[in-house]
Amino acid sequence: MNSGSHTTKQQRTPISETSEWTPELIQKYDQEIARVAEGFNLDTYPNQIEIISSEQMMDAYSSVGMPLGYHHWSFGKQFLDVERRYRRGQMGLAYEIVINSNPCIAYLMEENTMTMQALVIAHACYGHNSFFKGNYLFRAWTNADAIIDYLLFAKKYIAKCEKRYGVNEVEHVLDSCHALMNYGVDRYKRPSPLSADEERSRQREREDYLQSQVNDLWRTLPVFEKELDKKKEIRFPEEPQENLLYFIEKNAPLMEPWQREIVRIVRKVAQYFYPQRQTQVMNEGWATFWHYTILNKLYDEGRLTDGFIMEFLQSHTNVVAQPSYNSPYYSGINPYTLGFAMMSDIKRICEAPTEEDKQWFPDIAGSNWLSTLDFAMRNFKDESFIAQFLSPKLIRDLRLFAVLDDDTKNTLEITAIHNDNGYKKIRQALVEHYNLSTREPNIQVYNVDVRGDRSLTLRHIQHNRRPLNNAAEEVLKHLSRLWGFTVRIDTMKADGGRELTHECRVKHT
Amino acid sequence: MTQIIDRRLNGKNKSAVNRQRFLRRFREQIRKSVSDAISQRSIKDIDKGETVNIPTRDTNEPIFSHGPGGRREIVQPGNTDFIVGDKVPRPPAGGGAGQGKGKAGNAGEGDDDFVFQLSREEFLEFFFEDLALPDLVKTQLATISEHKLVRAGYTTSGVPTNINVIRSMKGALARRMALRAPYQERLRKAEADYEELQQLYEEKHPKLLELEEEIKRLKTKIKAVPFIDTFDLRYNNRVKEPSPTTRAVMFCLMDVSGSMNEERKDIAKRFFILLYLFLTRTYKNIDVVFIRHHTTAKEVDEQEFFYSRETGGTVVSSALELMHEIIMERYPTSEWNIYAAQASDGDNWEGDSPACREMLVNKIMPCLQYFAYVEITAYEHQSLWREYEKVKEVYNNFAIQDIAGLTSIYPVFRELFKKHAA
Repeated sequence: MNSGSHTTKQQRTPISETSEWTPELIQKYDQEIARVAEGFNLDTYPNQIEIISSEQMMDAYSSVGMPLGYHHWSFGKQFLDVERRYRRGQMGLAYEIVINSNPCIAYLMEENTMTMQALVIAHACYGHNSFFKGNYLFRAWTNADAIIDYLLFAKKYIAKCEKRYGVNEVEHVLDSCHALMNYGVDRYKRPSPLSADEERSRQREREDYLQSQVNDLWRTLPVFEKELDKKKEIRFPEEPQENLLYFIEKNAPLMEPWQREIVRIVRKVAQYFYPQRQTQVMNEGWATFWHYTILNKLYDEGRLTDGFIMEFLQSHTNVVAQPSYNSPYYSGINPYTLGFAMMSDIKRICEAPTEEDKQWFPDIAGSNWLSTLDFAMRNFKDESFIAQFLSPKLIRDLRLFAVLDDDTKNTLEITAIHNDNGYKKIRQALVEHYNLSTREPNIQVYNVDVRGDRSLTLRHIQHNRRPLNNAAEEVLKHLSRLWGFTVRIDTMKADGGRELTHECRVKHT
Repeated sequence: MTQIIDRRLNGKNKSAVNRQRFLRRFREQIRKSVSDAISQRSIKDIDKGETVNIPTRDTNEPIFSHGPGGRREIVQPGNTDFIVGDKVPRPPAGGGAGQGKGKAGNAGEGDDDFVFQLSREEFLEFFFEDLALPDLVKTQLATISEHKLVRAGYTTSGVPTNINVIRSMKGALARRMALRAPYQERLRKAEADYEELQQLYEEKHPKLLELEEEIKRLKTKIKAVPFIDTFDLRYNNRVKEPSPTTRAVMFCLMDVSGSMNEERKDIAKRFFILLYLFLTRTYKNIDVVFIRHHTTAKEVDEQEFFYSRETGGTVVSSALELMHEIIMERYPTSEWNIYAAQASDGDNWEGDSPACREMLVNKIMPCLQYFAYVEITAYEHQSLWREYEKVKEVYNNFAIQDIAGLTSIYPVFRELFKKHAA
């Protein structure tokens, strides 16, 4: 009835009316979304949108988002698991997978409706894409131009090794490397840029060189007494090393050159994914914020139908739903919720700051929201982002509270709730939660008995008395397979005491 | 700027290799599941996929992480009525909802199995792994009895339906050019001469007339070269190539005399089904002949063979006799690969066993690819077994085995049909 007056106020010229999509429509929506995104100064890599079937999505899923992965049984396991759960209806597939490469590749499922395709385009092709291009971690640690080439090189190289040395041999090395994958990254040193061409051309050279280095370290020629005395004082490595796989690649005494190369490949892949593990909240929050903002803008311009926006809002609401701690659906804090809420909150603080905001965020309250958000996206990772921008209002909205779990006490204790005394504590606890270096045990290469039995000692520095899990034994077996000699873990307690907690002996006859 | 690519038509089995790698790695566990399934399934279900459970601890990939214990602070959403300083009992490890999450997530999935579905093909693949019918390849190459037509260039003779038009027309064109060439040359010369003489002589001069005549004659000659000739025709040529026989017939012989109880019959049934399944994977067309016997033998259909009841004494040779008759009548050895499987409890009328041996050695074995005899008994072997052992000495494609119970079918089956070392 009032549709007549509605159209006179604002002419609706929707891009499409039905939920069916066609390639032409996708193109049209993409153009519109790109136009709006540009208006918001989103800087992106060129996009490559690939439309795939649900089976192909399962394939993409199980290779952990790598567009071309080398072959390994664990990806097969992943695939079987995804397939089974999907068939039983226990799990919907993600609507999209996006790959940090240049051009930025996004997979769209054919089963999606036009609304979902548009949502995904806004979310992945403009949200994630601009994050990949802008965030300092991705800029410093990954090389979007080279990743596809490198993965192709890795796949071919590993396939070649399988042919030459047998599937089993290669599988053993990969298994062991995967066990240590999280410890195959440089956390502070910037890695050299990836280049498949260089990798290929240097690989031979490197093989020879590496082997000669290793041989030198393990030189068994007799040394003069005097020198020997001096040597005893020196530890190897001189400084503890955080990158276990790097250390192995360069120093493992018995490894073949091709095995070192495989260690290197796993290490490089781990490094490539490292920024994603550190920016989950920000990355998803950023992408969610932008699909929400862009599609609402398009609706305001009259380019989307009411049906479209209803469907969109419904799935958006599902994505950012946060069950309470006592809900049966609760499984931790939803990074989409937290990220989206924080991004929206920053915009609110910029546009309509309260007295509280002015006190907590004097720098950004009342500033231009676009440039403030852009700054936040570019220069932070999850822990620092939360430390910097989590506002009291959001803590109240989400009703966050902190629980202390101390194994020396019989009960859990509530240490902070959403009140004046609690904001900072909660923020600090949440920061700790997203801090990879406290989330993962701190384990470093500490010493190698170079002149003795060649055993390798790792040092685990306990944080808050938290011990290693049971799998540590198994991981140590993998490590000893790579190292070739006895390996052990020395645990440093909080009180400064040291204890040999794990050991995996290798006997050489 | 944006590129849209439709990849739906690309292959979807990018993970196939990884899936195979997984199956390969957990080969032993899966094989055990398959083996268990065989001994438990009912006969009609044998030809299906299977759900396989592998303990999670075997498929887990270990990584360093924190174990339970120590001190940590966890932030949770949705506070309703906690205030600072509240003490909450620690939820049991692995419990569902409640505080102290993170722990629940890790401990909860402890001993669950990793479950996945093995497809029918994969199931059978595992089941038949390493198996091949004895001397299969040899037989296929040796008994060339079927032919198929394959293309083999062109011939100059054939039936009209096989004419290859393009080839024929090419040939015709070439022939026309070749046959006209000498006349064409003379014609060109004559025409040139004619033009020259026209300048010198007036019309109707005899020299001109002579040339005109010549030109006319040449033109007729050129026209006379036929557009197409039977000589040009080319026919698609097809030759017969021998192809190995893909037909097999399987004889199932079963003793249904009084001494075969239900349990033994069940074991026999399963053995036949395995053999049948195995043959379906090797041959395209398989005939199955069911012969049941007590004192007399009878050819029956599958339903009757497995499910109808009839009892009596035992004369094994009656079944062998019938089998031989059927082979002679319907399955010439030049066209059929013949397999036979016999199941019995070993009871036979004393005087009949040597006759069975005679029958096998002289008449039946020469026609057969393979004969498998399984004796389902927990007791001592009797005369039939001893006589059959003698047959085995003569023919190495004759096999005997005994089966003690349901679970030993599979190993016995493998033993009977295991790949022969080349």
